[in-house]
Amino acid sequence: MKARRLGAWIAIAIGASYFIIPLLGTLEFSLRMRRDAYSFDAYRSVFSDFQFRETFGYSMLMAFFTIIFGMLLVVPTAYWVRLRLPQVRPVIEFITLLPLVIPAIVIVFGYLRLYNSSSFLPLTGSTSGTNTLLMFSYMTLSLPYMYRAVDTAMRAIDVRTLTEAAESLGAKWPTILFRCIFPNVMSGVLSGAFITFAIVMGEFTMAALLNRPAFGPYLQLVGANKAYEPSALAVIAFAITWLSMGLIQLVSRFQKSAPAKA
Amino acid sequence: MTTTTAAAPLISKRAIIDWLGIAPFMIFALMFLVVPTLYLVTGAFLTPAGEFTFKNIADLFTPSILSAYWISIRVSVASSLGGALIGFFLAWAIVLGGVPTWIRSGLLTFSGVASNFAGVPLAFAFLATLGRTGLVTVFLRDWFGFNLYSTGFNLLSFLGLTITYMYFQIPLMVLILTPALDGMKKEWREASEILGASTWQYWRMVALPILWPSLLGTTLLLFANAFGAIATAYALTGSSLNIVPILLYAQIRGDVLHNPNLGYALALGMIVITGISNILYIWLRMRAERWQK
Repeated sequence: MKARRLGAWIAIAIGASYFIIPLLGTLEFSLRMRRDAYSFDAYRSVFSDFQFRETFGYSMLMAFFTIIFGMLLVVPTAYWVRLRLPQVRPVIEFITLLPLVIPAIVIVFGYLRLYNSSSFLPLTGSTSGTNTLLMFSYMTLSLPYMYRAVDTAMRAIDVRTLTEAAESLGAKWPTILFRCIFPNVMSGVLSGAFITFAIVMGEFTMAALLNRPAFGPYLQLVGANKAYEPSALAVIAFAITWLSMGLIQLVSRFQKSAPAKA
Repeated sequence: MTTTTAAAPLISKRAIIDWLGIAPFMIFALMFLVVPTLYLVTGAFLTPAGEFTFKNIADLFTPSILSAYWISIRVSVASSLGGALIGFFLAWAIVLGGVPTWIRSGLLTFSGVASNFAGVPLAFAFLATLGRTGLVTVFLRDWFGFNLYSTGFNLLSFLGLTITYMYFQIPLMVLILTPALDGMKKEWREASEILGASTWQYWRMVALPILWPSLLGTTLLLFANAFGAIATAYALTGSSLNIVPILLYAQIRGDVLHNPNLGYALALGMIVITGISNILYIWLRMRAERWQK
């Protein structure tokens, strides 16, 4: 018994140091820009870089649109499958898992061949077209997480009864969907939104290959050219990830304390 | 889809509406997931002129491409095995090791964050830690007079990439394996103890046979996870380490293989490898769930 507890503590110690030392190293390195003392110079340099603000803003905007359009696609589909087509659920679930099976670089390779400027749908021919394609690619990447988050939230409510109740009160489809279903799966929508945000902010492959000025390619560019700024950026990126995950936990805790049935 | 509705004697209006409801999703999936992938898959079997051929697949077995696959597979195997091993012991420690609950919840929360902390920033973190002027490197040099880089260690190498990948592999293992270990019933252990089994015998004959689908399945998932990853490797090593995703990246950027269809074959090879490991993972997870009722 004693040996087991000792072993457990050793495992925790090894794991914790593996997790914490790189974070400490990054933090320490990001403060080392000035020769003689620790300073926030690297952060100052990052924040004053107009490219940082531009790419950060671009990725935020992309994340926003990805979340809006992703949810407009996922919530009605998950609702409809639960209400009317339970028999196709395995198929839909399989499709939503495909982005985890097919590497992102392969998916974007297909886009570049299929939607290039000489194809039937030349999305990459214009800036707005490429932006749209990038948004769809982010929707694809976040599909597994969004769908699972929304579907889990939908399991907790009685979709059929809610729909029938709304119908008997004379509600039309848009009303049912946006005033009845959406508010009830809000915890799932928010969880999906935060994880999508974390994914989009750090994504590199899609944006780099579609040549869009997003935050991920900017990070890579800074990493190749500067010494201390990359560490400061890594600390910022870690904070973003931490924030998104923290908000998910907060939302799910909030959901548990609220009454489950509407 | 259409066959099922057509097979019914009366194509009711309701059935059509039912299928129309998921039409947007299906169109999205076809346009941005299925067709792009199929395009590459079929392209792998065509010549640039559009004739059917196996030559692209055969050309994958040339030394430079084979070595890229080989390094990729080695990095993925090493980081998934390492991640699985450490992750297993961590999950075991928080479930069965009798440590305080705040460590358990802390580790699980952290794992949720760290498993999503990949890509370019992760490469920066490890450069700042194990790079030539990184924290650990400098610490070992100043305090122990030990020069890490004189031992032949290099972060921009097979070993360095493996250690870096394990940063998101370990937490993923912890997240998936903790519920599996939670599902191990106390009664099984008690029963085996009453029958006179030692701890070793309990693990070898009861616990591991129940856990192996979870263990193996998750390891396969970690393998696929590492195999498709590119951003970390690219930010860490540039193009100096010749792994498949980086080769494919260079091919997309500038046709370094001088044959677009060979690029499709390269992509097909990636899909086959990640596809097989994911299918095995799903199959093993279904087996594992038999014990989690």
